[in-house]
Amino acid sequence: MNASIRDQAFEEIFRREAGRVLATLIRLLGDFDSAEEARQEAFIAAVEQWPAQGMPANPGAWLIKTGRNKAIDRIRRDAVFRTKVQGRETASVEADAAAVVEEVGDTAFGDDRLRLIFTCCHPALSGEAHIALTLREVCGLTTQAVARAFLVSEETMAQRLVRAKKKIRDAGIPYETPEPPLFNQRIQGVLAVVYGVFTEGYAVTAGSRLVDAELCAEALRLGRLLDELLPGNPAVLGLLALMLLHDARRGARVSAAGDVVLLEDQDRALWDRAKIAEGLALVDQALSIPGQISPYAVQAAIAALHVRARRKEDTDWPQIVGLYEVLLRLQPSPVIELNHAVAVSMVDGAARALDLVDSLRARGQVSEYHLLHAARGRFLQQLARPNEAREAYRTALDFATLEPERRLLMARIASIGGSPFGE
Amino acid sequence: MHYLLLIYSNEKEIAAMNPSALGSMTAEYMEFTKGIVQAGQFKAGDRLKPTSAATTVRVRNGQVAATDGPFAETREQLGGYYLVDAKNLDEAIAIAARIPGARWGSIEVRPIWPPQT
Repeated sequence: MNASIRDQAFEEIFRREAGRVLATLIRLLGDFDSAEEARQEAFIAAVEQWPAQGMPANPGAWLIKTGRNKAIDRIRRDAVFRTKVQGRETASVEADAAAVVEEVGDTAFGDDRLRLIFTCCHPALSGEAHIALTLREVCGLTTQAVARAFLVSEETMAQRLVRAKKKIRDAGIPYETPEPPLFNQRIQGVLAVVYGVFTEGYAVTAGSRLVDAELCAEALRLGRLLDELLPGNPAVLGLLALMLLHDARRGARVSAAGDVVLLEDQDRALWDRAKIAEGLALVDQALSIPGQISPYAVQAAIAALHVRARRKEDTDWPQIVGLYEVLLRLQPSPVIELNHAVAVSMVDGAARALDLVDSLRARGQVSEYHLLHAARGRFLQQLARPNEAREAYRTALDFATLEPERRLLMARIASIGGSPFGE
Repeated sequence: MHYLLLIYSNEKEIAAMNPSALGSMTAEYMEFTKGIVQAGQFKAGDRLKPTSAATTVRVRNGQVAATDGPFAETREQLGGYYLVDAKNLDEAIAIAARIPGARWGSIEVRPIWPPQT
C-alpha cells in the first residue's frame, strides 16, 4: 500500500474509533487524562505495528486493548516509583490492573459512549464546556479544530478543556448514564448541546463557512449516534429529523454572493432530497410514539411541511400555524411567538400578525431582537404603511450584527425607497 | 467524597416568618436531617445565627482588624450547612435538592479536598 494512502486510511480509522476507544478507556482507567494518554500511545503503536502485521480484524478493540496495556505498564512503573519514594506496597495497584484486564472481555462499547456523552453534557459544567468537551471527547475533533469552530485561539480552547476536565474530577461528576427519572431530565440537556453544535454551524455568520458545515456534520453524527444508543426515543428522533430537514436546505440558504436567501425565495432544486427523505421518515416515526410530544419533533414537523411543498404556494400554512400553537403550549418563548406570527400572516393576513407582534413587543422581553423588528417592517410594508415599515427596518438594522442579515435589511429599505440610516 | 452543602437564603424573609411557618420549616429540616442520618450520608450540619451577629476578621501587617458584618453584602446569606458523604456529584445534588431551603433559597455544593496524607 502506498504510504500516503495508508496514512489516510489510518487517519480515517483513528477518527472513527477515537470517541469509543476513549469512552471505554475512561471507564477502565478512571479519568480523562490517563485515557487520552493511553489512546495516544495506542495510536502510535498502531502506526508502528499495522503496516508490518496487517490491520487487526477489529481495530477499535485492538486500540482499546493496547491502550489499556500501555496504561497498566505505566501504573506498574508509577507504583514501583512510588514504592521507592514512599515505601507503599504495589499489591493494590497490581490488583487494580488485573481487574482492568478482567473487565475488558465484556466491554459494552455503546454503554461507554453514552456515559461519555452524559458526562460531557453534565449540568454542573458550563454551556461552553459542554460543546467543547463533546466535540473534543465524543466526536474526536482536535483541540485546534474545536478552537477554529469557536473562533478562539488553540491555547484558549485547550485551557477551557483542561478546566472542564478538572471540574469533572474535582467535583466528582460521575461517569454514568443516569437512571430514570433523572435520565429524562438529563437527556434534554444532552439534546440541547447537540442542537447547540448544530445551530452554531447553521447560523449565517460572515466567517468561515467550511467550519460551519463541519459543525453541522458533527451534530448530525451525534444525533445518529444517540439514535443508535437510545433507539425509539421520540426526542432524539425529533432532533435528528429537525437537523436533517434544516441541513437539507443548507446549499440554498446563501447566494453565490454570500447573501441570505429566505426560505420562500430558495431554489428548491438545490435542496438535498436524500436528507429530506430521511428527515421526513424520522418525523413520522417520532410523532407516532405515544406519550409526551417532544418540542423537537414539533419543530421537525413544521420544517417537514416547508420541505414537502413543491412550490412555496403549496405550503400548508394553516397546519404550520396549528403546530406553532402546539409548540407554544409545550415550550413558550418569544422567538416561537414571533415565528407563529409570521405563519399567521400567511393565513389571516398582515394586520392580525402585526397585532401579535405588537403585543409581544409591548411585553418588552425581546425589544432588541432584530428579527422582531424585521418582521414588523415586513407586515407594515404589506399593509402599505411605508414610513412605519422603513422605521421598523432601521430599528432592526440597529440590532442586527451579521453582515448578510444587514444587507438583506438594507435591500428591504431600498425597496421602499429611502436611506438605510435615516434622513 | 465529602461535600459541603452551603444553604443560602434571604435572612430577612426568614426573620419575618410567623411562628407557625417557622415551626413547620424546623420540622421539615428535622425530617430531612433524620433521613440523611439514617442513609449514612450525614457527617455534620448546623444552623448559623444571622449575619447581624457576624464579625469579619483580617490580619494585615500583623494587625488584627475585626469588623462588623459579613465579608460581602449579598441578597442571600449563608444560613447553615450540611457536611455529607456522597458517592458522586449526582448523589450530592440529589441530597441538596431535598434540603427545605432549596425551595426558597439556594444550595452551593462544594466538594471537599481529601485530607493530606
